Amino acid sequence: MLRFVLKRLLSLVISLAVASVVIFLFVEVVPGDPAAYMLGMNAQEDTLAALREQLGLNGTLVERYLSWIGGMLRGDFGTSYTYRTPVAEMIGERIWISLPLAVYALTLSTLIAFPAGIWAASKRGSLADVLVMGFTQLGVAIPNFWFAMLMVLLFAINLRWFSAGGFAGWDAGFLPAMKSLTLPAVALALPQASILARVMRSSLLDTLGEDYIRTARAKGLSRRQALWRHALRNALIPVLTIIGLQFSFLLAGAIIIENVFFLPGLGRMVFQSIAARDLIVVESVVMLLVFAVILVNFLVDVAYAVVDPRLRVKA
Amino acid sequence: MKLMKFATVSALAMMVAGGAMAKSDITLALQLEPPHLDPTSAAAGAIDSVLYSNVFEGLTRFASDGSIIPGLAQSWEVSEDGLTYTFKLAEGVTFHDGTTMDAEDVKFSLDRARAEDSANAQKVLFASIADVEAVDATTVKITLSAPNGSLLFNLAWGDAVIVAPESIENITQMPVGTGAFKFTNWVQGDNIVLERNPDYWGTPAKLDKVTFKFIADPTAGFAAVMAEDVDVFSGYPAPENVPQFEADPRFQVIVGNTEGETILAMNNKLAPFDDVRVREAVSHAIDRQAIIDGAMFGLGTPIGTHFAPHNPDYVDLTADSAYDPEKAKALLAEAGFADGFTTTLKLPPPSYARRGGEIIAAQLRDVGIQTEISNLEWAQWLEEVFKGKDFGLTIVSHTEPMDIGIYARPDYYFQYDDADFQAMNAELEAEADPAKRTAILDKMQRKIAGDYVNGYLFQLAVPTIAKAGVVGLWENAPTQANDMTGVYWAE
Repeated sequence: MLRFVLKRLLSLVISLAVASVVIFLFVEVVPGDPAAYMLGMNAQEDTLAALREQLGLNGTLVERYLSWIGGMLRGDFGTSYTYRTPVAEMIGERIWISLPLAVYALTLSTLIAFPAGIWAASKRGSLADVLVMGFTQLGVAIPNFWFAMLMVLLFAINLRWFSAGGFAGWDAGFLPAMKSLTLPAVALALPQASILARVMRSSLLDTLGEDYIRTARAKGLSRRQALWRHALRNALIPVLTIIGLQFSFLLAGAIIIENVFFLPGLGRMVFQSIAARDLIVVESVVMLLVFAVILVNFLVDVAYAVVDPRLRVKA
Repeated sequence: MKLMKFATVSALAMMVAGGAMAKSDITLALQLEPPHLDPTSAAAGAIDSVLYSNVFEGLTRFASDGSIIPGLAQSWEVSEDGLTYTFKLAEGVTFHDGTTMDAEDVKFSLDRARAEDSANAQKVLFASIADVEAVDATTVKITLSAPNGSLLFNLAWGDAVIVAPESIENITQMPVGTGAFKFTNWVQGDNIVLERNPDYWGTPAKLDKVTFKFIADPTAGFAAVMAEDVDVFSGYPAPENVPQFEADPRFQVIVGNTEGETILAMNNKLAPFDDVRVREAVSHAIDRQAIIDGAMFGLGTPIGTHFAPHNPDYVDLTADSAYDPEKAKALLAEAGFADGFTTTLKLPPPSYARRGGEIIAAQLRDVGIQTEISNLEWAQWLEEVFKGKDFGLTIVSHTEPMDIGIYARPDYYFQYDDADFQAMNAELEAEADPAKRTAILDKMQRKIAGDYVNGYLFQLAVPTIAKAGVVGLWENAPTQANDMTGVYWAE
């Protein structure tokens, strides 16, 4: 077991190292000079040079890579070129919007998907099943930003129940803050819930066809009892895998929704930083997200191995 | 249904409460967020649009009509030879941190802006200054190396505001100025809050609090205005929605002048644009009004040279490059391009460029010029077009006020290199007499129009949408600013 963990750990470190080089190169080869972006069209060459010097943009590619990666290892994410504040601070501020939003959306999608999926599977072929399948088909097909705009039109402009966007801030209290995250969370949750409900349904139907369910039924359990006691737990494995994937997607992938609702989250920060060629911010945030995804995968791998001893041998 | 009723009633109650509170505070939306809060070390107009005149003040300042009025300097005297300016500063001025603002601070600010290692984006504004001397606490003497007729104008820019050595260290995050509002808080990515400065030396602001909110997406901006989340949207980015706001009694629409000359820039050193006949042909191929109607939904004033039409010195030369596709074709044939040619058209992100670009491409196609359009981000545009000069045509709005001097810079991106024009510019810079300046500016405008340096399209007009009760907003934008010092709510 220890050997397995060490092996996975080594592969984690290698993945991170490769990722850092790829991210750095991709970001650095993009044309565009952050100093020129900041100083605009009237700047003179010597002013540009002075600013580049101040920002530490004058070193070679290798020097800049080493100083970036060296800083990261010490927990120093560098200083944003445009905002002139430590990147770690900026991430620290914005993650308190992105993370709660992701958790909120995931909670909503799970709360919708589980009952819907289970209901559809337990009444396979009935009207309920057709309805759930129909609605989830629609949910997968509707782009979430369009759905978000419709919600803004209805709830913010016509009914005035919510503001059209922005973030009240946690200082304003828990409820106002959650309220400003509600429409974005619903918009994010809709397609996720639809996918999850469909996975839940088909996974349940698969397990319901297994031999052990037949045995359970033969012992005298009703179909419903067999579903709740035996099938559900076994059906959860693929569902949990999907939830894990969705979480990392929600954390990094809410860029469009954050723009629609002008929420100052991580996604929008990356978006703005790319436009301003604030490369250090882009690199550090992307690296952090890669780290999060690789770490989650590592933990999942280890967890699988704990649950299923066969995987240890294979590894 | 009951729930609906309750919600409606409580929403109404909130609206009423909000309305009563809104009397002394205001929320103003902008599309762009400042990268940081030091107006003296970045060209970002977004910094000035929050801080200019509100938090920071210079020796002189712009009024809404573009004229120069006293700022921290209450009066000034110019020596006979035009080389020495003596400014008398206002008395009893303090910075927001309580320290006094005196002549030493002025010297510090100007010396910092023109220093060798200065990162000031408009360092050229200070080029003629030879020395700054603090004569006594409220007297500053500026000595020039050569007469400069634009000095008072230059000192009004946001890049020339007075800062203090005590607070310069943290200016990017914690700006400390002398203005009627002081900086309170910045939630990066969302808003900046300013509050009234109770110790202001001049006429105090009428509002207690101003919140600047940043909404980049035009659709989100529309929703925020319609939902009345914001009271004002300055520089509203979607002109297509303007008629809808005009028809809605809840709002007022203010369309003022800006300093943005929007041009179809041509690479004057790249064949075939090095041939004046080709440039003239391009100028005649363009139907300005069609571009204004199509790309800007009617907002904008046609221009025939690189000068703002609302400026008293403006000369209307639009007739010299009137829309005449037949003439354009004849000129192209004369230059040896009877069958036309192909060139690049590189477009930065703003809608005037992207939408205008499609229309211009179609108009050029009619006279035989094929364009390969590429859409660039700003950073790419600066790299490829502005710095690399790798373009045939591009569309951009030059938003700096009084910037006809860029035509005297041969290495500027459109690469117009003309000794006569450069001489005129030198003459202008040394001239302080208004009547003579007008005459020189007249010559300069005619010169670049006659050389068809660029295709002159229109003066950018930026609409501001405000709630009906808001009074005192700047109508025009002589510089990118939202001067909130005179703004209040009617009733």
